[in-house]
Amino acid sequence: MYLSTITRPKTAGWKGIGANVFALGAVSLVTDVSSEMVTAVLPLYLVVGLQLSPAAYGVIDGVYTGATTLLRLVGGYLADRTDRRKRVAGLGYALSAVAKVGLLLAGGSTAALGAVITLDRAGKGLRTAPRDALITLSTPAGDLGRAFGVHRAMDGMGAFAGPLVALAVLALAGGSFDSVFMTSFCIAALGVVILVLFVRDHRSPVPSEPVRAKAIGGLWRDRGVRRVVLTASLLGLATIGDGFVYLLLQKREGLSIGWFPLLAVGTSLVYLLLAAPLGALADRVGRLPVMLGGYVALGAVYLLLFGPLGGWALVVVVVALYGVFYAATDGVLMALAGPLLPERMRTTGIALIQSGQALAYLGSSVLFGLAWQFWGPEAATRLAAAGVALTLAATAALLGRRS
Amino acid sequence: MTTRTRLLITALVAVLLGAVAVTYTALSKPEPDEVASTAVSGPRLMVLSNGRLSTVSRSDPDGPREVTSQHCDRVYTAGGTTSCLRPVGAFKAGELAVLDPHLREVRTVPLTGFPNRTRVSASGRMVAWTLFVDGHSYAANGFSTSTGILDAKTGALVTSLEEFTSTVDDVATTAVDRNFWGVTFTADDNRFYATMSTGGHRYLMEGDFAARTLRSIADNVECPSLSPDGRSIAYKAAINGDPQQGWRLSTLDIATLAVTPLAETRSVDDQPAWVDARTIAYGIQRSDGVNDVWAVPADGSGTPALLVPEANSPAPVE
Repeated sequence: MYLSTITRPKTAGWKGIGANVFALGAVSLVTDVSSEMVTAVLPLYLVVGLQLSPAAYGVIDGVYTGATTLLRLVGGYLADRTDRRKRVAGLGYALSAVAKVGLLLAGGSTAALGAVITLDRAGKGLRTAPRDALITLSTPAGDLGRAFGVHRAMDGMGAFAGPLVALAVLALAGGSFDSVFMTSFCIAALGVVILVLFVRDHRSPVPSEPVRAKAIGGLWRDRGVRRVVLTASLLGLATIGDGFVYLLLQKREGLSIGWFPLLAVGTSLVYLLLAAPLGALADRVGRLPVMLGGYVALGAVYLLLFGPLGGWALVVVVVALYGVFYAATDGVLMALAGPLLPERMRTTGIALIQSGQALAYLGSSVLFGLAWQFWGPEAATRLAAAGVALTLAATAALLGRRS
Repeated sequence: MTTRTRLLITALVAVLLGAVAVTYTALSKPEPDEVASTAVSGPRLMVLSNGRLSTVSRSDPDGPREVTSQHCDRVYTAGGTTSCLRPVGAFKAGELAVLDPHLREVRTVPLTGFPNRTRVSASGRMVAWTLFVDGHSYAANGFSTSTGILDAKTGALVTSLEEFTSTVDDVATTAVDRNFWGVTFTADDNRFYATMSTGGHRYLMEGDFAARTLRSIADNVECPSLSPDGRSIAYKAAINGDPQQGWRLSTLDIATLAVTPLAETRSVDDQPAWVDARTIAYGIQRSDGVNDVWAVPADGSGTPALLVPEANSPAPVE
């Protein structure tokens, strides 16, 4: 098969995007408001509210990230095996909603907090792959870039509004973190209701043999799939993490800690504005060139962190380029991967790709942390930029070649 | 179900959930800024009581409290000068507030980070603070601190001890992983002690503010606190040299470097404070997150005793 036929399939334009994509987008929007509310205040809550040491916070944060990876695969396989993607995704959304109440009940106990945060991440791990699989199964192949663009734009709106809602609630409730968690739970519950009422499950038309665990091996033996998984892992390796990027910006410009949530808000804003247009561009000119463009933006971000710009210009340009990077890679990668995966194994395949990316990201953020510690932040970002350049070349070689 | 019905149900659920969120938020408004406060006289201890600067009687520390309207995350007082590390707000950076004997604000220094330690020299002239800078240590397990000193008399400000020349065993070090925390001042208002961590070691450093130098004296000494007579240092030592295992309180004789473990066997993550020549006080966090101030004899004898319940940041008031 020519990969070029995948990167440039026929397109039906914006009309190709079904109601299901918008329904899933609405669920993601609402859920992201809920989860980003918590993400925005959690460091403050743990370190200031509960007076946990940063070391303890680091452990909790590690759990937060690590818990999702394995569950993605479990969720993906479960959804394919039972052919009930909506149900598995719904379970994931519900778990995360319940976790918000858990935050209220956990109090200052580190163990309970760790468990609750793990539950929340478990929910996210379970739902992501079935959701993305439903998007690919509800959209013609030629319009996947747009479909994911629309979905990620709606998702981004939630991520954009979340921290603002959290700050508003904090202001109204006189700094009560509990109110933020309660509001977050109510919003998450609404997301579950929208999912149940409006999202249609996609059942495979022909009832066939149940999907077996063995099939995961078969998936891996497919060259196209292997390449996309490798590409996703490279993407993970190139990303050092929002925390580090914002922290370096904060250090360089001496921003107060309170600006942290706003850096994320700015990135989300650029992401949500560009996700759909860049998705459409990917449908037209090919998904690979758009992804490579994203890497150029990421490399520029790393170089600028210790570059010639300074002051507010630096903050604005870095946040904008970082948003461009996300808009050009996140949904586009899924659009690129979808058609390569057999329908029966679509969720497992997407989970495999996302797990590769998540594991590689975990590794790269640890490596970056070490590089920062031993060689200083400037050398570490230069190294990260070199990593991006290598990733760009490797991605072009992996996906640009004909098989 | 028609789309109309589904939309109707969604709207109903949204209104219901919205009502729950709004009611909860409205009900959780903090109680008015008034708390029971009783004037306290005689020898006193300054503590933070639920984040508010307070004083209790030395002879009845469990008794009535004089609670002020000053909010601090950390506090210390000596020689009429009180240093208060103001909490970080959602949009507000933290700051150091230097207060006079009437707790009026004399000077503020804007700070970026989460308050961790603060000290004032016995004369009230020198003020030091430590902040956690990377509260956001993603995946990587390290953390970094920032420690500064203010000479309240001359206004000289050192925002980071990393600016000073440091030597470990007489060898100059410029390692980028250096972190400083927990300053304690000597009586001359120039020399001080602090902890410097680098390469997995946490050294006791002796600093010279005027000469801008620091040199190592001992290893595995954190959060030093100089005794009123200037002869020994109370500190926390990582158990088996590994902070993951917790910390043990000890004292170090500066002349002989002899170590005396104190009777407190629980892990203590605090910079101890000498409330008098023979007693060391420190905060211990309960499992529910509330701190209590405990005290233990400085000579290694006796047993720890609860000094001020539901408080932290103890300091004797002359």
